[in-house]
Formats: sequence, C-alpha cells, structure tokens
Amino acid sequence: MEDVSFRVAPGEVLGLVGESGSGKTTTALALLGYSRPGVRIVGGTLEVAGRVLSGLPEAQVRGYRGRLISYVPQDPAAALNPSVRVGDQVAHMLRRHATRADVERRVAETLELVQLPSSREFRRRFPHQLSGGQQQRVAIAAALVCRPSVVLMDEPTTGLDVVTQANQLAQIALLQQELGLAIVYVSHDLAVVATIANRIAVMYAGRVVEDGPAAQVLSGPRHPYALGLLSSVPDPREPQQLRSIPGVAVGVGDRPTGCAFAPRCAQRVAACVETVPPLEPASDERRVRCFEWRETPALAHESRIPLVSRLEGKAALLSVEELRAEHHGRGGTVVAAVHVSFSIAAGECVALVGESGSGKTTIARCVAGLHAPARGQIVLDRAALAPLAGGRTREARRRIQIVFQNPYDSLNPRHRVAESIARPIRILRGLSRRGAEAEVVELLERVRLPARLAQRFPGELSGGERQRVAVARALAAKPDLVVCDEVTSALDVSVQAAVLELLAELRAELGLALLLITHDLGVVASVADRVLVLEGGVVCEQGPVLPLLSHPEHEYTRRLVAAAPSLTRVPTGIP
Amino acid sequence: MTALAVRFRFARSGYGKVGLAGSLFLLALIVIGPFFAPHDPAGIVGIPLQRPTGEFLLGTDGLGRDVLSRILWGGRSIVGLAVLATALAYLVGASIGLLAGYTRSIVDPLLMRAMDVLLAVPPLLFLLVLATGAGRSLVVLVLGVATVHVPSIARIVRAATQEVAVRGYVEAAVARGERTAAVLRREILPNVLGTVLADAGIRLTASILILASVNFLGLGRQPPAADWALMISENRGGITLQPWAVAVPALLIAFLTVAVNLVADAVARSLGTSTDRKRVAR
Repeated sequence: MEDVSFRVAPGEVLGLVGESGSGKTTTALALLGYSRPGVRIVGGTLEVAGRVLSGLPEAQVRGYRGRLISYVPQDPAAALNPSVRVGDQVAHMLRRHATRADVERRVAETLELVQLPSSREFRRRFPHQLSGGQQQRVAIAAALVCRPSVVLMDEPTTGLDVVTQANQLAQIALLQQELGLAIVYVSHDLAVVATIANRIAVMYAGRVVEDGPAAQVLSGPRHPYALGLLSSVPDPREPQQLRSIPGVAVGVGDRPTGCAFAPRCAQRVAACVETVPPLEPASDERRVRCFEWRETPALAHESRIPLVSRLEGKAALLSVEELRAEHHGRGGTVVAAVHVSFSIAAGECVALVGESGSGKTTIARCVAGLHAPARGQIVLDRAALAPLAGGRTREARRRIQIVFQNPYDSLNPRHRVAESIARPIRILRGLSRRGAEAEVVELLERVRLPARLAQRFPGELSGGERQRVAVARALAAKPDLVVCDEVTSALDVSVQAAVLELLAELRAELGLALLLITHDLGVVASVADRVLVLEGGVVCEQGPVLPLLSHPEHEYTRRLVAAAPSLTRVPTGIP
Repeated sequence: MTALAVRFRFARSGYGKVGLAGSLFLLALIVIGPFFAPHDPAGIVGIPLQRPTGEFLLGTDGLGRDVLSRILWGGRSIVGLAVLATALAYLVGASIGLLAGYTRSIVDPLLMRAMDVLLAVPPLLFLLVLATGAGRSLVVLVLGVATVHVPSIARIVRAATQEVAVRGYVEAAVARGERTAAVLRREILPNVLGTVLADAGIRLTASILILASVNFLGLGRQPPAADWALMISENRGGITLQPWAVAVPALLIAFLTVAVNLVADAVARSLGTSTDRKRVAR
C-alpha cells in the first residue's frame, strides 16, 4: 500500500473500509509498526498520542504495543490462546507494565468495562468455554487493559450472528464514549461501519481513495468506487435493485499504471490511465483520489418489485411437508428442524432465513438429497422424492441442483473448470463428452465468465469466479430449482452483489425457482419473493418479503430485523 | 498450467534435481547394466577375494566371481521385487483406506481393526515365519512384503480420505447420484494422491531394506543369484581382504534410498503448493 495518510482524534472512530486485497489489514498492522512476513514498512511517519513510532527499532516499538496502541484481531476464537485461562490472557499485557497487586484489580475492572463477569470463577475459564460474543469481549478487554490511547479493531464481528454483532457494536460505541479512545475499525462490511464510524476512509488496491465524515461519505460518495460499493450493499428494510461494479477487484500485485480503478470506471478519461490521481480535498473535511470526482453521479436506489403478485394461484413445483430432520452424534440426537412445511412455485424465489443453528442448511440439504429426513416428505411435481440423492430418479436429480457456500471447497481442485461443469451434463442429461464440451462454453458465457477460464484449475480463480463456476455447474443440468446455500457469505460485498445480480437475471431468463438459504436480511430483500424465518428448527413466520420485513409480526423476526445493520438506520439491538 | 507441467514442477527444486538425477542413473544401472557386464555373474573367473585389477575392475568375491558383473546384474532383483511389492501394497492398502475413510458404516471399524491386527505383527518376524512355512519362492516374498505395508498405507489413506470426503465437491458428486466407486475414483483419489506419493518414497525404501534383510538372512534369494543384499551377506567374511565386494553394494542401496526419498519429498512439496487458495487473484 502507498500514500496512506489519515488522522484520528480522541473519542473518534475511523472506519477503514475495503474489500479483500485492498490493503486495509496491512495498514492496520502497520499502525502497530508491524508488518507480516513478506511485507516491509519502507516510509512514512506514524505518530500515536504525541509519540513518534516510525523509524524506531523493533524492541522499542514493542514496548508501545498494548500500552499506547493495541489491536483486536479478527477471529476471536483463533486470537485467544486455547490453553491459557481467560483471566491470565487479559492480565498478560499488564504484567509487563504494572505490579502484581494492581493486576487483579485492573483485570476485574476491565472485564466489567466490557460487560463480562469479573468473578474469579469466570477468570479461570478457558476460551472454549465461552460463547463467540464473550470471546470477542475478552479479546477487547485484553486490548484495553493497559488503557491505550488508540485501539485497532480488525473486523471484530466476523463470524458472530447478527444479534450478537449488534450488541458488540453498541458495546464498542459505549467504550469509545467512556474512555475517550480513538478507534480504527477495519471492515469490508459497509453497513457495520455505518453504525459506529465518525469518519470513513475507503481503500482500493492499496491506496486511500476517499475519506471524510461518515454521514457525508455514505450519503454522497464522490469516488466512483465508493459509489459502486454503496450501490452493492443490500438494505434489509427496503428491497432494492443491486448494481454491481463491472470487472474484477484488483489486488496490490496487479495494479495498472495510473488510477487502479480506471479499468472498471465509467467516468474515466485519458489522464486516469496515465497518472495516479493525488488525494486532494473535495471540501473542508473530505478528500478524494479522482480526477473526475465532480462528475460522480448521486447515490440513487432503485426499488425492486418482488414477484409475489404474479405468482398467485400457480401450482407448487416443490413442496416440503412436515419435515423433521435430526443429527445423530455421539452425544445423542439433535433435532435440527421440525414441522417444517412450505412450497415453492415455478420461477419463485423463497428464502430461508435464520441464525446459525436454526436448521436452514439442514433443510436445504434434505431438499437436495444430501440428508435423509427423519419424518415428512419432499414432493416434486406431485411425486414424492426418495430421501437421499442416490435413491432418486435421474430426472429428479437433474431438476434440483445445489450451489454450496464455500467457493474454495465446492470445486475439485484436480479437475479443470470445463470438466467440473461438464460432469452434470454427462451424468444427468446423458450427453456425450463432445456434446457436453460444447455446452460448457455457452454456460460460462451465461455466468459472464470468459471462455478461456474453461481450461483453468480452480486454484487459479478468485472466490467470485469460483462461485460463478459453481452456478454454471448447477445450471448445466438444466434444473427447475436451484438451492443456494449461503452462496454469498464467503464473498466480498461487491462480488456478492454481482453474484446476486446474476442469480436474479438467470431467474428472469430461465424461469428458475430458487431456494435461498441465508442469514443476511439484506440479501433476502434484494432477491427473494417470499421468506421463511427459522428459529431453532421451527418456522416462526413466513410470507411475502415486503410486508414481512417492514412489519414483522413474530417477536424473533422483529429482533432480527431490528439487529440487521443497514446504511440508513442504526440497529436497536442494544440490551 | 497443464496438469503434466504441474506434476513435473517438482523437478525444478534443488532436491528434486539431485534426486531425479540419482534415481535415473540408478535406473539405468539396473536396467541396462547387465548388457555391460564383462563376465558371467555366476561364473567363477578368477582367484577369490582379489583386489581390483585391470581385468576385474572391482575385484572378485569369495568364490572368485567378478564383483562388477554381479553388481550390474544385482540391482534388478532387489529393486524390481521392492517396486512390485510396494505397488501391490498400494493397490490393496489404498483401496482399503479409501473405502474405510469414505464409508460411515460399520465397514470402517471392521476394516481398521483387521489392519490393526496386521500392524501388531513385527515385519521381519512375519516374513521369516512366512518363508519358513510357505517356502522361499519369489511370489511368497513379494506377497509377504506387500502384506507388511498394507496396514500403514490403509491408515494413511484413510486419514487423507476422511479429510477430503467432507469437501463441497464430494457432496456435489453425491448430490448428482454418483455411485461410491465413482466418487472414490474421480473425486477423492486425485486429491489424496499427494499424501500417497509423499509416503511412497519412504515406503519403497523400506521395502528395499526389508528385502535386503531377508536376503541377508538367507531366506530370500538364494545363491548363486546376483543380488546386492546377498552380496553383502556372502562377502562380509572377507571384508578385510576385499572390502569392495561389500562396500559397493551397500553404498548402492544407500544411494538408491536417498535418491528415491529426495524425489518423493520434492514431489510431495510441489503437490502441496500447486492447488492452494493463496494463488487467488484478488
């Protein structure tokens, strides 16, 4: 990364936003004077609370870490040492800088500050005995115990469910006020940043492309990339058309000469390709790195009309009746879903929403034939389906296809893209090898991938590209229903928008029905026609998208909607 | 990058090159050596235990046979049998391992307990008993060495299979309704190959050493066969007079071991990095 400069005042939260490869984590670590193996800090000044840290030898900088400036890492489960008790981990930083008697008192104080019990019993627990949210608070406590002036938080709510996330964010806001901390909050999730940041700095390909007060940047971004990013963020309360940014995100290694965003930019001029635009002030408090920032259009949201009205009265394509799914483990039987009934009409998009553990993935797997239900049945076009895929007819297997969550896992790394896509064509439609190969190119085009990717291995593709290949593979069988199991959770915001946009278009073109599994209400609002809300394996509410999201009836649904972060409203999930 | 290029990438590393060169040299020695042998390996052509001379470049052994000719002929049996035994062991062991690792039924514990029983028997003891009971034919030898390897191969392959079996692409194949055999062959086997190959180098070496030990003890190949391990055993009595008859075969066995292992390590290292996610264009 280069030419990154910003200031953070005490009591202020700076949101550092960017997608993978933008350099945001590298920047955050550099603020500690730390660089990962393979990265070197070669220039610039770093001043924290009046002390200059840049240019100091490692040993001295280390003395300041934790005391002056501390770091809360991304994954709390991985950041806490599983063999060390929680109290000891928090105390560890203190032991270097304070006396023994003080230590216990300070640890107890800090634990209370993050709203964790300060009892001896709690301090003697190990990380695995805490919930995800508690682990994260311990990590924050460890960062705060020496009362530093600046705290760096690297996506601290990743992996937490929505309600816990809302609580954590409220917590952080409280701490900021109480302790007067300056916080640098690194995230790719604009909605989350919107809830707590005072200022936002957007990074792309290793450079800051825009910064300014949060409210201004969010309502009227001046850099085309920031504009594109904001148009890609789904709003959970208002169904809107997602517009993705054309092209693929550029990593620091493949930066072109001139502006890094130029190849994807609708406003580019000749100057953009030749020189890198400097970060110049656009107004009193804002800076933009763009020659044509004055031409950037205003942020406009296109509303989307779900299909409900047009589908009334249509016969169901798939219907799930009184489904009961269980997991048999060594500790006994866990019921994943019970009394689940719903139907999907041809061309309809039904979303199953819930937190982790709600049973939505299990239900999806039952529909796809990967999990045998304990009771109930799944009916396709009035014919009951065998519980497992192996027992179903070829036609049934062909008509229901599934796209998995993890794009890094769903393609065989030893098979080329063409082979992965051709396989269902040969197995489920009986075409010969040559016939299948001809269709592969067509399918790649349909998912907007260049034909030359057909001969590549999955290891050479990005996450977004792999997910598109997975979609192409699902389409290869010419299905009537595609089950999408959290297909965008592992992707960056703009890539997520692109994949969702693709799914919406394919639905329109091919009349596909979709069963969308997700925990993200924003995704539901952008793509689904009807929603089922699951809690603990039971359907608590179902109905058309618009009315359900704007006027939820069930208490759990209300909680979910309230906790979902959005760009426009602050979530009210505060305890 | 083509699949072939990926497979041969290991040859670019320093270790890979040295190992490959060594292995190829030894392979040449073993395969075409006999055509260069100056004398009949079994024929008595000179005074026993003579030091190297112009006529006998490595001297003569305890019976007066030309050491060089015996060396050139002697690699075939030991390496050939070792390769055969190891290949057979993989065929059986990997199949067992794949099946045990993939199935979640009672077949898994049944198979693995059977493997445990085999594993409990000390290899050399097993071979000695086998040779005594079933005779000293080559078939028995190969089967015996293969049996010794099968349980550990099954374990390694089973562990690797279990890791791969939970991946998305395997589930995608199951969702397509593919039969178990097809899933094992197309989806799982190519992805456990890396583990298998890394293990193969060590295992081949172990086979060579087991065969050498068995021959040395007199229960494998019999004189007058030319065999490196047999030569070590036959000529150790005269080591002070004619060290070459013992030293050269021993060094060749050691050399082969090192070369094969270098190649195996280089292959494993290259397979380990060819498909990682870090090469993502982000």
